[in-house]
Amino acid sequence: MMAWLMAGLLFTPLAWAALSLLADFRAGWRLAWFGMALQATVAVLLWLAIAQEGGFYYPLGGWSAPLGIELRVDGLAVTFILMTATVATACGLHAGFYLDPDKPWQRYFWPLFWFLWAGLNGVWLGADLFNLYVGLELISLSAVGLVALGGAADALRASLRYLLAALVGSLFYLLGVALVYGQFGTLSLGGVAQLAGEHTGLPGAGLALALMLAGLALKTALFPLHGWLPPAHGIAPSPVSALLSALVLKASFYIAARLWLELGEPQGSYGVAQLMGGLGALAVLWGSWLACLQPRLKQVVAYSSVAQIGYLFLLFPLTWQVSEQVSQQAQQGMTLQVISHALAKAAMFLAAGNLILSTGSSRVADLAGVGRFLPFSLFSFGLAGVSLMSLPPSGGFAAKWLLLQASLASGQWWWALVLVAGGLLSAAYVFRIYRASFQEASGQDDFHHPPRRLEAIPMALALLSLGLGLAGDQVLSVMGLPFEEGS
Amino acid sequence: MVEDLWLNPWLPVMALATSMVAALVIFMLPEERHVLRTALNLGAAVAKLILVIVMVWGVFHGLEYQLSFTMLPGIEFELKADSLSMMFAGLSSVLWLLTTAYAVGYLENSPNRSRFFGFFSLCVASTTGIALAGNLFTFFLFYEMLTLSTYPLVVHRGTATALRAGRSYIIYTLSGGAVLLLGMAWLYAETGTLDFAPGGVVEGSPTPALTAIFVLLVAGLGVKAALFPLHGWLPQAMVAPAPVSALLHAVAVVKAGAFGIVRVISDVFGIGFASEAGLLLPLAGLAAFTIIFGSVRALFQQDLKRRLAYSTISQVSYIILGICLAGPLGMVGGLVHLLHQGIMKITLFFCAGNYAETLGVHRIDELDGAGPRMPATSVAFTIAAFGMIGTPPLAGFITKWTLGLGALEAELPWVVVVLLASSLLNAAYFLPIVYRLWFRPRSDAWPEEVRWGRLETLGWLLWPPVLTAAAVVMIGVFAAMPFSPLSWAELVVNREYRP
Amino acid sequence: MTPDLFYAFTGLVLFITGLFGIIALQHLLRKLLAFNLMGSGTFLMLVGLAQHRNGTDPVVQALVLTGIVVAIAATALALVLIRRYYHLAGRVSLERDATDEGRP
Repeated sequence: MMAWLMAGLLFTPLAWAALSLLADFRAGWRLAWFGMALQATVAVLLWLAIAQEGGFYYPLGGWSAPLGIELRVDGLAVTFILMTATVATACGLHAGFYLDPDKPWQRYFWPLFWFLWAGLNGVWLGADLFNLYVGLELISLSAVGLVALGGAADALRASLRYLLAALVGSLFYLLGVALVYGQFGTLSLGGVAQLAGEHTGLPGAGLALALMLAGLALKTALFPLHGWLPPAHGIAPSPVSALLSALVLKASFYIAARLWLELGEPQGSYGVAQLMGGLGALAVLWGSWLACLQPRLKQVVAYSSVAQIGYLFLLFPLTWQVSEQVSQQAQQGMTLQVISHALAKAAMFLAAGNLILSTGSSRVADLAGVGRFLPFSLFSFGLAGVSLMSLPPSGGFAAKWLLLQASLASGQWWWALVLVAGGLLSAAYVFRIYRASFQEASGQDDFHHPPRRLEAIPMALALLSLGLGLAGDQVLSVMGLPFEEGS
Repeated sequence: MVEDLWLNPWLPVMALATSMVAALVIFMLPEERHVLRTALNLGAAVAKLILVIVMVWGVFHGLEYQLSFTMLPGIEFELKADSLSMMFAGLSSVLWLLTTAYAVGYLENSPNRSRFFGFFSLCVASTTGIALAGNLFTFFLFYEMLTLSTYPLVVHRGTATALRAGRSYIIYTLSGGAVLLLGMAWLYAETGTLDFAPGGVVEGSPTPALTAIFVLLVAGLGVKAALFPLHGWLPQAMVAPAPVSALLHAVAVVKAGAFGIVRVISDVFGIGFASEAGLLLPLAGLAAFTIIFGSVRALFQQDLKRRLAYSTISQVSYIILGICLAGPLGMVGGLVHLLHQGIMKITLFFCAGNYAETLGVHRIDELDGAGPRMPATSVAFTIAAFGMIGTPPLAGFITKWTLGLGALEAELPWVVVVLLASSLLNAAYFLPIVYRLWFRPRSDAWPEEVRWGRLETLGWLLWPPVLTAAAVVMIGVFAAMPFSPLSWAELVVNREYRP
Repeated sequence: MTPDLFYAFTGLVLFITGLFGIIALQHLLRKLLAFNLMGSGTFLMLVGLAQHRNGTDPVVQALVLTGIVVAIAATALALVLIRRYYHLAGRVSLERDATDEGRP
């Protein structure tokens, strides 16, 4: 049973990618229905299995490490797999209705979509550093391809810039991997963690950690390495933007977080922890500030991603040499932030896409009067905004509450101020959109109704992110002890 | 009727759900379905009122309705109907029914009604949630929801002024919410609990950290309660449609802030602890200053709704002042004013709305001769204004009398001076209006007069203020009867003070 | 210094040179070449460091092979994009011109 689930998780997307390479957009779309249903089922089944039996290691095809590929399935991984299945299915459905099937280059959407999904699942399950690298590259390359699907020169420029940043980030990470392997002679995360715990203060290992974190920070668009993100996410077709912001950024962050939690304690330092947290804090402030200034709707949402990613990096100072309980709170807060941001941001990009379809303009100012016409997508956008502003009962609020508790309990009250100020700043850009839409426009309305099914998808995602806070305890209990389990 | 039914824990949820479900359905309704929307609105309001009455009856007989589930590790979502929460829930459900009826008439033939009534119901759902919140966390949840659901009401007209008012409203209230969150997180880190319990949950001796938490919580709540110097949003927000102003001033927003402060002082810190730590006297001073400040500013306003807005700033601080007197009588006075101020102020705003809608009058100096033209509205206005001043036997007199006794009991004679000064100021800004209404002849035509058949104005607009004005008289005259606001406040204080 | 360590050191020099190139150069093809230089440097370090420690190691050989495949895929994608970009925009660098909107 388990073997089938695991195989389904990794090989269905790859097989579907290969199959849809042969098909055109419409055929790929029909194929995708089946694939997405399969993936969602597998994700739910695996989640239920883990909820009952706990995490385990799974050698792929019976080959064990170091030559074979070993997968690590634990509560956190399976939670992220479920999140990926939810968001990717939503984006896939939306894309099927949203993208224009008559443009010839759109036929590449489905192969890239499935490669991306395979890479994501690979990263959540990866147990050794090199496989994580391969997963990351698979994700980056397909994400770049998806951005380029916009077709215009601007889209290509954005995707090239994205590609270069992603490649440099990956190479930094790989260089770190080379140092780790040179130092410890193993690549399995568990093995490295064990060895690193025994030999503290190795300069090579510290440098390796720094290189890997720097590379991953570039790929996660941590301030001040975020320059590539807003053009890429702003210009891509809306379902693609949603995938990129919701899932792709989280993959590289997930690796950074796992590295930090395994290696941070022996090889990191107070300075590194505070530096990462500080950059995260600056990302929150700077990203939100720039989001307030953007004239275009999707740019606002893209800069908001820069800000929201910043919160995640507070994990670094809040788990370094603190009590077990505080570390636990910080990890739980981080997990909820990842999930709720994924749901809310996907909802927001998809709703923004609908709003752009409906007003025929991508500018915030042209939203005037739309409040009278299109409350539904606007409502989805608004509900997703509640989660981004981290107001209760959203998942964003639950995450913020846990991070607040962790920062107060560890005596690092300055992060609490960042969290509160960040919430207010995000309110500033979210309310900017509300305000524009409440404005009464003079002159004739010229709006179009997008199809109902396009409007239902972001609403479902927004409601999930809003309800996540109410179900926070259940989600966290299945997630169990993150990272530690089974290593 | 008051046995432990299986249904009991669900009553608070159902009270919450009536307006929540109404909101969702109304959002879905097409703009043209006026009759169905009105029926839904009124039906939900009546259903909620019945549920609240059942709960009031049960709570009176010593039941507690409670439902909770875990949201986050260590954090519960809890709805609880105790005597204090029933006070606020009762106020909001009665006034919601009247305000809904009023709003139906007020917004006849205006655009975006689905949106308006949807958020209107959501706003009342939040208020109910605030009333029924069983811990500070749940309170905060609904407190922020209230902020979000009132914003669309404030900017409803979509004009530049409305948007500006909305912006200032949202900046004030969200910042207040952030401060409240910080205080709440710190409180949890210090004490490990966010529960509301009679007599408070804070133990041990006063520390600087607890003082700082108290200041953060009160400052966060003080924004909505329009405590000086955090009152700036309130006069601006009066650009909203009249039913919204009525809601903001009388039922939902300022009351949520004042109610929160009551909860924090009596059920989180405990009156005993707070007064020992010396936290209450400075707050009493601030409240007293706000009372005088609001009244003085009200004197100089020529716009009727603006004058009423400053009057609200002044009147809401009575509630806070009452609690800060740290004695049972003071607390009764404060709590009873929660209801009295609501009923009196909503009457005044209904009447102001009627003058604006029927005669096109917004300024006080245009009101000459409005009494003979709109006698019922003007009688209601006059009653409420006299109530505000504190004329016996009206509702306001009961408040001021009890507060005065409370001040003497607490040996703070200066509070009596503040009360007298405030009453004089109230008279100074309300009596000229009453004088103009009745004793100045009308020389020219009304700015924009609309005729509605036989009645002086539309029935939907006329009956709500008439009913609330009657209530102002009744709750003053029959203050000693059971279930009157005064006796209920005494019940609350008995249970809180001498459990 | 063993030859293995020498490989690793050379790899480091290549990595840094490539990094400099990718930042400083404007032409997209040059940037792409610089990326390949960085990649080669990384692979050299991976092999050199591992062999310096463990002797000949089949695992790293397999890793580097995989890495080269990934690098080829990336290069191919980059070439397609650059070609298309040149076709559409008539430019070979990422510098923004006046028609560009939004901020970086």
